[in-house]
Amino acid sequence: MVLLRLENIMAYYGPIRALNDISITIEDGEIVCLLGGNASGKSTTMKTILGIVRPASGSVQFGGVRIDRLPTQAIVMRGISLVPEARRLFGRMTVRENLALGAYARRHEPAAELATDYDRIFALFPRVKERLDQSAGTLSGGEQQMVAIGRALMARPRMLLMDEPSMGLAPVFVDQVFDIIRTINQQGTTILVVEQNAAVALSIAHRGYVLRNGRIVHTDTAATLLASDEIRRAYLGDEE
Amino acid sequence: MTFADILAILPQQLVFGITLGTAYGLIAIGYTMVYGVLFMINFAHGDVFMIGAYVGWAMLGMLFASQVVPMNPIFVLPLLLIGAMVVTGAIGLLLERFAYRPLYQRGATRLGPLISAVGASIFLQNAVMLIAGAREKVYMTYSVFPRTWRFAVAGINVSVLVIVIALIALLMMLGLHWLVQRTWLGRSIGAVAEDREMAAVMGIDVWRVVALTFCIGSALGGAAGVLIGFYYTQVNFYMGYAAGLKAFTAAVLGGIGNVRGAMLGGLILGIVESLAVTFINPAFKDVIAFAVLILVLMFRPGGILGEALPDWKRV
Repeated sequence: MVLLRLENIMAYYGPIRALNDISITIEDGEIVCLLGGNASGKSTTMKTILGIVRPASGSVQFGGVRIDRLPTQAIVMRGISLVPEARRLFGRMTVRENLALGAYARRHEPAAELATDYDRIFALFPRVKERLDQSAGTLSGGEQQMVAIGRALMARPRMLLMDEPSMGLAPVFVDQVFDIIRTINQQGTTILVVEQNAAVALSIAHRGYVLRNGRIVHTDTAATLLASDEIRRAYLGDEE
Repeated sequence: MTFADILAILPQQLVFGITLGTAYGLIAIGYTMVYGVLFMINFAHGDVFMIGAYVGWAMLGMLFASQVVPMNPIFVLPLLLIGAMVVTGAIGLLLERFAYRPLYQRGATRLGPLISAVGASIFLQNAVMLIAGAREKVYMTYSVFPRTWRFAVAGINVSVLVIVIALIALLMMLGLHWLVQRTWLGRSIGAVAEDREMAAVMGIDVWRVVALTFCIGSALGGAAGVLIGFYYTQVNFYMGYAAGLKAFTAAVLGGIGNVRGAMLGGLILGIVESLAVTFINPAFKDVIAFAVLILVLMFRPGGILGEALPDWKRV
C-alpha cells in the first residue's frame, strides 16, 4: 500500500527552481533513501512533504489524502515526524522536555500511554535516559542525534523523515544510528532517509532515488543501486 | 540628611519600591513574552496597561454607585481584576490579529510591525481620550482600602493596600510560572520562542500560540493597571507611555525574552526608582529608569539573566 506519493512536484525558492518534476512513492513499511550531492534537492523534497516549502505544482498525498496545501502542523498531526538536519533540538530545554514536546501531537492521550513511549526510547537509547535532565544544548552530537530521533518517535508516526542523520557524526556513531533506523523500521515505522553518505543509507534501505539538480536521475532497489558502477563512481568513491 | 535619617526611611521606601517593582514586573512580562515569540517589542503594551487602569476605574465607579457589593477589597479587587484582564486580553488578541499578523504574513521586516505598534499605541491613547475624556480619573482607593488599614512591622508603617498589591502581583507571577512550566501551552510557547519552524514540526499551531501569548501578556498588563490605579489613585490616558518604557526597561534589564528576568528587572527598577525619588529628587523619577536603560544597553545588553538573541542554528 502506498503511504506517501509525490507527483510531478515543481518547487522554487524565488526564481530558482529547486525541484523539477519530482515523483516519488513510498510503500507502507519501507525504508527509502534519497541520495544526491549538495543542492540536489534532497532537503527541499523533505521540506515540501512537510509543507515548509509549498510546491508550485504537483501534489503530495499521504495515506491517500492530499496534504500539499495544509500547514505544517496539520501535516505533522497526520502521522509524519521529522528528524531534522543537524538535529535542531530545543537547546535551552532539557532532554526530557524535548522528548515531551515530541509527543505534543498526542498531548490529549493519558500520561500512562505516553510513558510506554518513553520506555521504548530508553530501550533504544540508554544514554538518553542518563541525560534526561541535562540541557539539550550541552549534549554531544551523537547524543543529540539520539534525542532527536527519540523526539520524533514520541509522536508514534506512521512515517519518519530523516534529514542527513549521519552528518557531523563519528563513523562508529553512524553505524549505530543506522542500525537503530533499521530496528525502528522493523518495529513498524515507514522511513524516508535523505543522505549524502550513500553507502550506509543503501545498506539499510529497500529502495533509493538519486537526485541531481532537482531531478530524479535514478531509482531502483537498494541492492541494484549499490552494485551499479555509475552510482559507485559518482557517490561512493571509486574503490576498485 | 544624616545617616540615621536615611536608615529611618529606607525600609519604608524599600517597601514602596518592592510594591512598585512587582507591578512593573507584571507589565514587563508582557513585553518579554511577546518578544520571545515574535522578536518584536509591542510598543502598544503600555497603553494596554493604561486601558486596564481605566477599566478598573470605570468598574469601581459602577460598583460604588450601584452598591451591589460591599466596598471591600475581597469583593472589589477580584471583580476589577477579572474585568480588566478580560478586556485587555481581548485587546491583545485584536492587536496581534489585526495590527501585527497581517504584516508578518506578508513578509514584513521587523520594522513594519514596530511602526504598526506605535500606530496602535497612538490609536489606543486617543480612543480612550475620546471615550473617557481628557481629564485625569481618580481611583476611590480609600473607599476600598481605608487609610486606617495600616500597621507597624519592625518600625515600618505599612498599609494593607501595599501588601495586597504585592501579593496579587506575586500570585499572578506564580500562576504564570506554573503555566509556562507545567502546561502544554507553556511548553509550546517556549518551543515557538526558541525555534518556530521546529515547533510547527512538533504539531504546534504557531499562530495560535502567538495569539495566546499576546493575550496572556496583555491581561497581566491590564491587571497591573488596576493595581497601579489603586496605588497612585490618578490615571490618565497617556500614562501608558512612561509606564510602558519603564517596564520595557525592566524587561531588558532582566534579559529580554526571559520571564524570570522580567520579574527581577521589574523589582530592581521599582526599588531603584523609589530610592532615587527619596534620596535624590522626585523630579528625576522617570529619568532614573531611562538612565538605567541606557546603562544596561551600553554595558550588558543581554540583561542580568542575560539570554542573548536565540540562535536558530544552535544544536
